[in-house]
Amino acid sequence: MPAIEVEELVVSYGDFDALRGLSFSVDPGEVVALLGPNGAGKTTAVETLEGFHRPRSGRALVHGIDPLTGHDELVGVLGVVLQNPGLYPMMTPARMLRLFASYYDRPRDPAELIKRLGLGRVADRRTKHLSGGERQRLALGLALVGRPRVAILDEPTAGVDPAGRVVVRELIAELRDDGVALLVTTHELAEAERLADRVVILREGRVLAMGRPESLAAARQEFSFTTSASLTLGPLAELLGATITEVRPGEYRVATTATPPLLAALTGWLATRDLALSDLRRSSLEDLYFSLLEGADTTKANEPDSRRRGRSSRAARNES
Amino acid sequence: MTLERGETLLVTFAIPLVLLVFFSEVPVLSEPTGRRIEFLAPGVLGLAVMSSAMVSLGIATGFERSYGVLRRLGVTPLGRKRLIVAKMASVLVVELAQSLVLLGIAAALGWRPHGEVALGLLGVVLGTACFSGIGLLLAGVLRAELNLAASNGLYVILLLLGGIVFPLDRLGGLAAVARWLPAGALSGVLHPSLGAGGGISTEAWIALAAWSVIAPLAAVVSFRFD
Repeated sequence: MPAIEVEELVVSYGDFDALRGLSFSVDPGEVVALLGPNGAGKTTAVETLEGFHRPRSGRALVHGIDPLTGHDELVGVLGVVLQNPGLYPMMTPARMLRLFASYYDRPRDPAELIKRLGLGRVADRRTKHLSGGERQRLALGLALVGRPRVAILDEPTAGVDPAGRVVVRELIAELRDDGVALLVTTHELAEAERLADRVVILREGRVLAMGRPESLAAARQEFSFTTSASLTLGPLAELLGATITEVRPGEYRVATTATPPLLAALTGWLATRDLALSDLRRSSLEDLYFSLLEGADTTKANEPDSRRRGRSSRAARNES
Repeated sequence: MTLERGETLLVTFAIPLVLLVFFSEVPVLSEPTGRRIEFLAPGVLGLAVMSSAMVSLGIATGFERSYGVLRRLGVTPLGRKRLIVAKMASVLVVELAQSLVLLGIAAALGWRPHGEVALGLLGVVLGTACFSGIGLLLAGVLRAELNLAASNGLYVILLLLGGIVFPLDRLGGLAAVARWLPAGALSGVLHPSLGAGGGISTEAWIALAAWSVIAPLAAVVSFRFD
């Protein structure tokens, strides 16, 4: 049985449908990242699972429990990081963790958790004096102190510095190894790629794509390269028989599989122009993400987005 | 936790205490000394109920709501119901401490209750329900800062119109209104039962009982956790 089951979920605020038939699941011992631009429905989705919204239709279950009717049962197995961590400003991390520990039957040791979160130095400082990253780690601690079976973390790495992120990633990996199901939202694609077993990309309340980050990216049959100068793309696109897009100045995405003959043609072409090939890589999750959103946008051309316009105007289509 | 906040101590203990001692020792009021304390002790007890149930509870809850603490606690096994029970318990504990301190000092100043103390206790319970309701009603609807201002403003108004330091019959035409306000109703019950003695007017009971049902109901209906 999946630990989180979302099926054809529709959630509306008045006339606005924030979720329009969302379906995905998370298994025990799995980390799933919810990705998508602002307004895609990530937070609405997690808040519905936490019992904050009543679905208009469809189904959202956590550990087999309906978040609204089974709320009392739900809170015993669920750990959450909300978008607003909800800390008492005058309380210290040590005290808040002890307080939250007292709500659960079999809590983790707050002192151990403080150490694990790297908050030892600030354990007795009032939370209003903590940095954003320290507060965020405390919020994670509050989510974990009750030994949840399901953890729903809304942007757990927001504002956390690189060292803190390592701690967060390690904790998430530990939980997964203990069989906890984790649903994590993030804006950061590199973070999602490192963290998650599967990603679910949302757009306007629906799933745009889901799967393992590396297989999603691989399935795109595209690769990127970086060179030392700006290229005139028309002739190269014709040579390779594929669409080429300039992602950033000097960085190009080729919409085909990087076979050895194709790469030989590319490097030969660059060599005759005395250009260096400084990077060659398969598509990252970020490439996939933007090309997916771009694809979804072609049906909605009137939406203002300077970044997209800027890039698509540089794309050279293969005429042949 | 409630008592760790400096401002809570000020409003729940210091203010009632200062009023009690000041008005009983300084002859601003024209009654002879013995009767002054008899009037002030029950009135200030009513004020204490208003301080802890309305001002202190309301302001703290309003800020907890704005910090997102209430929302966060809603997703723990503590839950909303037990959170409310815990808040009620903390108000009652504070009130008990207030009563001990204020009435102890009042007794030292010569206060002796002549009425039915049990009825006074009932009055305190109803007053707690009524003022908690008002405090939470404001906390659940207003922005934290606005709630802070509104609770304090209401506190001062009800202090002046509540028969707490000025007897209601000195208020002239306002008395007719003040009698039906929550504070006036509470002191209408507390003065006879814990002060000079004598019967409690039916209208004081009706007003207090009505407020103690209406205010909490309004709070329950309108309260938002986030």
